[in-house]
Amino acid sequence: MANSATDISANEMQTRERRREAMAVLTRSTACEIAHYFARIEAVPEHTELRPPQSGIVMVRGRIGGDGAPFNFGEATVSRAAVRLASGETGFGYVLGRDQEKARLVALCDALLQSDIHRDSVDREMLTPIRAAQNAADELTARKTAATKVEFFTLVRGEG
Amino acid sequence: MYVAAKGGERAIENAHRLLAHERRGDTSVPELSLAQIEGQMAFAVDRVMNEGSLYDRELAALAIKQARGDLIEAIFLLRAFRATLPRIGVSEPIESSAMTVRRRISAAFKDLPGGQVLGPTFDYTHRLLEPQSLDVVVEPALADADVASSPRVTDLLAADDLVEPSPRPEGNVPVGDLTQDPLEFPAGRDLRLQNLARGDEGFLLALGYSTQRGYGRNHPFAGEIRLGEVEVEFSPPELGFAVPLGRITVTECQMINQFRGTATEPPRFTRGYGLGFGHCERKVMAMALVDRALRARELEEEVKAPAQDEEFVLSHSDNVQATGFVEHLKLPHYVDFQAELGLVRSLRKRFQDAATGESVREAAE
Repeated sequence: MANSATDISANEMQTRERRREAMAVLTRSTACEIAHYFARIEAVPEHTELRPPQSGIVMVRGRIGGDGAPFNFGEATVSRAAVRLASGETGFGYVLGRDQEKARLVALCDALLQSDIHRDSVDREMLTPIRAAQNAADELTARKTAATKVEFFTLVRGEG
Repeated sequence: MYVAAKGGERAIENAHRLLAHERRGDTSVPELSLAQIEGQMAFAVDRVMNEGSLYDRELAALAIKQARGDLIEAIFLLRAFRATLPRIGVSEPIESSAMTVRRRISAAFKDLPGGQVLGPTFDYTHRLLEPQSLDVVVEPALADADVASSPRVTDLLAADDLVEPSPRPEGNVPVGDLTQDPLEFPAGRDLRLQNLARGDEGFLLALGYSTQRGYGRNHPFAGEIRLGEVEVEFSPPELGFAVPLGRITVTECQMINQFRGTATEPPRFTRGYGLGFGHCERKVMAMALVDRALRARELEEEVKAPAQDEEFVLSHSDNVQATGFVEHLKLPHYVDFQAELGLVRSLRKRFQDAATGESVREAAE
């Protein structure tokens, strides 16, 4: 990687971690959901598309034995977009699937997250409710799964 | 010799119209939606994604619909579509240990940390057709979810050095990619696994079965099978750090096989590995059996069974290639056949002339 963790500031690390976490939440949502919450953000600055939304493929890698050397497992469709806000921030959207509008919205959110003016409202109005819904869905899946966990018991045989 | 022949355009066009008509079937029956195929034919979708080697549930559903449920035709459609898309890059390796587990079983250890979690399985069903059950909406049971993690069984065995470690990444050795370079032999394990991951499930199932029946036996235990969601991460060059792209569903199989030791290393279990898109445990189990069988040379075993012969296995596992070559036989071979016909006629004439000569000689005597 061009920038190793050692030569970037703690502040930059924190920003990256925030952007990564936001992308993890947004990439799990549909374009429709993102657009619904995005409408709550006020005074979104003018922006230009640095790269028009595009769909392509990414080769997904696995590891031999689950934890060893990498191998090329199979491809997945991916869409991407890049935007620049009039205030200067550049945002990127990389999402699985062929929904280019979703990639554009993720790029826009990524740019807004780097803006001191919009960071908190994106977090409050978008990420917090979407994250809550995802956590609830995960919790439900975990509970359905847990009900299929085997509880072994031993039959005592003979006269003892 | 090739001779250009024209004609048949109208027949072909009308045949495709007839196909489209029959694809729709009885119009008094509602048409299938892609969401129905995605949701209710999930295993077919997973199989098409695996062997089409492209993770996109909606595209796989479309391919199945267009192919009228012919999964190999659907796989062909997906591969052809994939060839039209630009390659954006290569992901970071997925971390199956960080999987959100929906099913996880081990046939080797009863009481393993995280437990035996059956998830949505056909196992233990009675395999009785139940027509009346199809219209019933079943609510799943719920239970308190514990937060205990599910460590990989191979990690538990590795802690006591009882199983061989996975091969480590070798410096800057590039990872083989069948989509970029033609397959060459001997193939490294990276290429073999890529080939098997997109290989035909039926072919791998038969080969895996053959190892169990004694053709390259390697004494397998299903150490662990897990199903769930993993995050895919990608490092865009313009960004300089890895970002999550979203989650995909995968199935993983860790097969634990007969142990091996050398003069310098104590005996340890060996391993076979299987990984697939979606829920596909038959496929990943067969893949793990064949992966282990193909390690025969590396593990200094005698190569004598088909499943151990990498050239045989890797050259015949791809069902798009296989169907292309088998099905091309139905395309016009008129000129080839004309040549064969001429040859067989001349051979017959020679045979008859010889027989006539014989009888003339006999009559003269």
